[in-house]
Amino acid sequence: MSDDLVPHLENPEERRAYDQAYGDTGADAGMATIAPDMETDLKTGFETPAEDTALAAGEAGYWSPDAAIIEHKGTWEEVWERFRKDKFAVAGLVVIGILVIVAITAPWIAPHDPTTQYDEGLTMKGMPMGSSAKFWLGTDTLGRDLLSRLMYGARVSLVIGIMANGLALILGVIFGLTAGFFRGATETAIMRVTDVMMAFPIYLLAVALVSVLKPSLWILIFVIGFVYWTPMTRVIHGEVLSIREKEFVAAARLTGCTNVRILYRHILPHLVAPIIVYTSLGIATTVLFEATLSYIGLGVQPPTPSWGQMISDGQNYYLSAPHLVIYPGLCIMITVLAFNLVGDGLRDAFDPQQRRR
Amino acid sequence: MSGATTHGGGATVAPREADAATATNGDLVTVKDLKVHFPITSGIVFQRKVGAVHAVDGISLIVKRGETLGLVGESGCGKSTTGRAILRLEPLTGGHVLYEGADLARLSGRALRRQRRRMQMIFQDPYASLNSRMTVGDIVGEPLLVHKLCPRREREKRTRDLLELVGINPNTLNRYPHEFSGGQRQRIGIARALAVEPNFIVCDEPISALDVSIRAQIINLLQRLQGEFGLTYLFIAHDLSVVRHISDRVAVMYLGRIVELAENSVLYETPMHPYTQALLSAVPIPDPAVEEMRRPIVLKGDVPSPVDPPSGCHFHTRCPAVQEGLCDVNDPALVEVRPAHWAACHLITPGDFPNIRTAENIGPDLGATALRDEGG
Repeated sequence: MSDDLVPHLENPEERRAYDQAYGDTGADAGMATIAPDMETDLKTGFETPAEDTALAAGEAGYWSPDAAIIEHKGTWEEVWERFRKDKFAVAGLVVIGILVIVAITAPWIAPHDPTTQYDEGLTMKGMPMGSSAKFWLGTDTLGRDLLSRLMYGARVSLVIGIMANGLALILGVIFGLTAGFFRGATETAIMRVTDVMMAFPIYLLAVALVSVLKPSLWILIFVIGFVYWTPMTRVIHGEVLSIREKEFVAAARLTGCTNVRILYRHILPHLVAPIIVYTSLGIATTVLFEATLSYIGLGVQPPTPSWGQMISDGQNYYLSAPHLVIYPGLCIMITVLAFNLVGDGLRDAFDPQQRRR
Repeated sequence: MSGATTHGGGATVAPREADAATATNGDLVTVKDLKVHFPITSGIVFQRKVGAVHAVDGISLIVKRGETLGLVGESGCGKSTTGRAILRLEPLTGGHVLYEGADLARLSGRALRRQRRRMQMIFQDPYASLNSRMTVGDIVGEPLLVHKLCPRREREKRTRDLLELVGINPNTLNRYPHEFSGGQRQRIGIARALAVEPNFIVCDEPISALDVSIRAQIINLLQRLQGEFGLTYLFIAHDLSVVRHISDRVAVMYLGRIVELAENSVLYETPMHPYTQALLSAVPIPDPAVEEMRRPIVLKGDVPSPVDPPSGCHFHTRCPAVQEGLCDVNDPALVEVRPAHWAACHLITPGDFPNIRTAENIGPDLGATALRDEGG
C-alpha cells in the first residue's frame, strides 16, 4: 500500500499546527476565527471570547473543533422561533388557548346554567331578549343564557373536533405508512380505496351514517373521523414515499433493522412535521363539520348546546333577534380561523426554505 | 488479523476471527453473471412492463479476502448498482452473489439480517446517509443494539470507542448530524459501518461529495482501518487517481458490463481494452509541456442509454477499433488474456497483444512529469 497522502507527523505540536492549517474543522470554528468577540445571533454557544480564540488556535485538543460540550439548539426551538415571527399564527394560538381555557373551565366561569330556561329571559310576547345586566349576550328562544350556552358549546365543538381529528389521524397514519412503505399490491389496494372514499360526498355519507346510528358524542366522533381520514392518508403516503428512498433508510436496512424498527425509528420521526401541520388544519375542518351536522339536527342532541344547533334554532329570528345567529356564527368562524392560522404558521415554521410572505 | 486492537484511549474493537472453513479459500465475495434490470412500467391502474433499464448486465468478479478491488467507470455505468446489489439493497434480476461460498440470494428475513453483519457499505452522500433526527451516538450505536452485540451498559462505551477510532470527538455523541461537516459525517458513517465488525465493506464513492482537502484524510482513514482490521474493500469511484492509490486490483465497467480487470499497476500502465485506453488517455497530466504533446483518444458519440443497450459488445458504437459483423453481433466474454489480466474484447486474443499502447500515448503515471520507457 502506498504512503499517506499527507505527511505522517509524529510530533504532536507539528500535528496540531498541520491540523490548524489544513485540518477538518467543524462549522463552528470558522465563525470563531472571523469574529471571536462579537455578540452574534448565531449562538455558537461559546461562553467567552477567550474560548473562541482558543478554539480557533486549535489548542483545545487533537480533534477540532473543541473539547468542551456545546449545547446545541434543537430543531423545536428553531421552529418555535420561526413560528413566533408570524403574528397571525401567534394570534391564532392565543385564541385557541383562550378557547381551550373557556372550554375546560366552563362549569365554573359560566354565569348561568346553559339548560335553565328563565322566565325573565323572555319578553312579554315570549321573544328572546338582547343583552342585559343579567344575560350579557342575551337569551335564546327558550330563555336560556346565550353566553353560557356558547361556553358550553365550545366544549362540544372542541372535544368532537379534536377527537374526531385524532381518529382520522390514527387511521390516516396507519394506512399511509402501510401503503407508502410496503408498496406493491397493498399500496394499490389502500390508495384506490382512498380514492373511492374521497369521491364520496362526505357530508352525505356522514348524514347517512348518523341517521342510521343514534347521534351521540361518540357516534359523532367516530363518524366524522371515519369519513375524514382520506386527506391524511394521501399526505402521509406521499411523505413516506419520499422518505423511504433516502439513503439513511437503506443504511438502516443494511444495519439489519427489521421493517418495524425502520418504520418506528427512522420514518415516523420524519413524519412529525406534516402530522402536526395537517392536524391543526384538520381540526378546523372537523369543527366545521360538527357544526354543520348540528345545524341540520344530526349533531349532539338538545339540551346540550352546540354552536351549529344554536344557529339552527335561531335562524327563524334572524331579523328580530339577530344575536341568536351572529354570536354562534362568530364563534365558529373565529375557531376555524384560529386553527387555520396556526396550521399555516406551523407549516411555514417547519419549512426553513419557505420565503416570508 | 486476530486479537483485539487497542487504539487511542484503550478502545477494544476486535477484528473478526476468520472462519476455519473459509480460511483455506481466499475468495471472500464471488459475483457470477449478476444482472439488475429495473422495469419500466406504464399504465395507471394496472401497470405493465414496457422495457427495462439494464443497469447491470452480466457481471462476474471475485473479491479476494483482504484486498481492495477498485471499480471504475463513467457515471451511469452501473457501478453503484453493482455494489448495492451485492449487498442485496437492490433486487437481483439474475445471477448469484456468493459470500464465503454461500449464496446470499436464498436468504431472507432473520438469516439475511444476520448475514448483514459481515458486509457493510459506506455511502456516497454524507448528508443523506445519516438520519437527521437521530443523534450521532444513536446512529453509531444502532447496529450494536439491533444485533445485540453488547449489553446496554456497555453500548455507550463501545460507541465512544468507535467514534474515537474514526477521529470524531467522543464527547459529541449527543449531537445531531447537521452540526458536523461533510468529512466528519462521512467518518460517522464509517464508524457505523464498523460497529458490526464486518469483513467486507463496499465503499460507494465515499469521497466524491467531499472537499478535495478532506479526501486525503478519509482515504488514509480507510487504509489504516483496513490494515488494523483486515477489511476487504470494494471501492467504487470514478476518480481514477484515487482508485489507483488505494486499490490492489481494478475493474473497469461500461454500460453494465465489466470490460477489463487487472492488477492496479498493470491496468494503468498497459490497458488492453479500447475503452480503458480511452478512459486513461482522457486524464490530463499536470505538466503542460507533456500535455501539449499528448494526443488523447476521443470517443465519438455519447454513452448509449441503458434502456436499450447496443447489441453484441456494448462499446461497439463508439469503439475506434470496431469490426462490423463481429463486434455488433456477439457479446465478448471476459477472458484472461494475460495472467491475472481479464478483458472483454473480441480483438484481443490471449497471448497476442496487437493493440498494446505505450506510455507516450496515454500517460500512465498520473502526476508523473517524466515519460517512461515502453513497458511489457
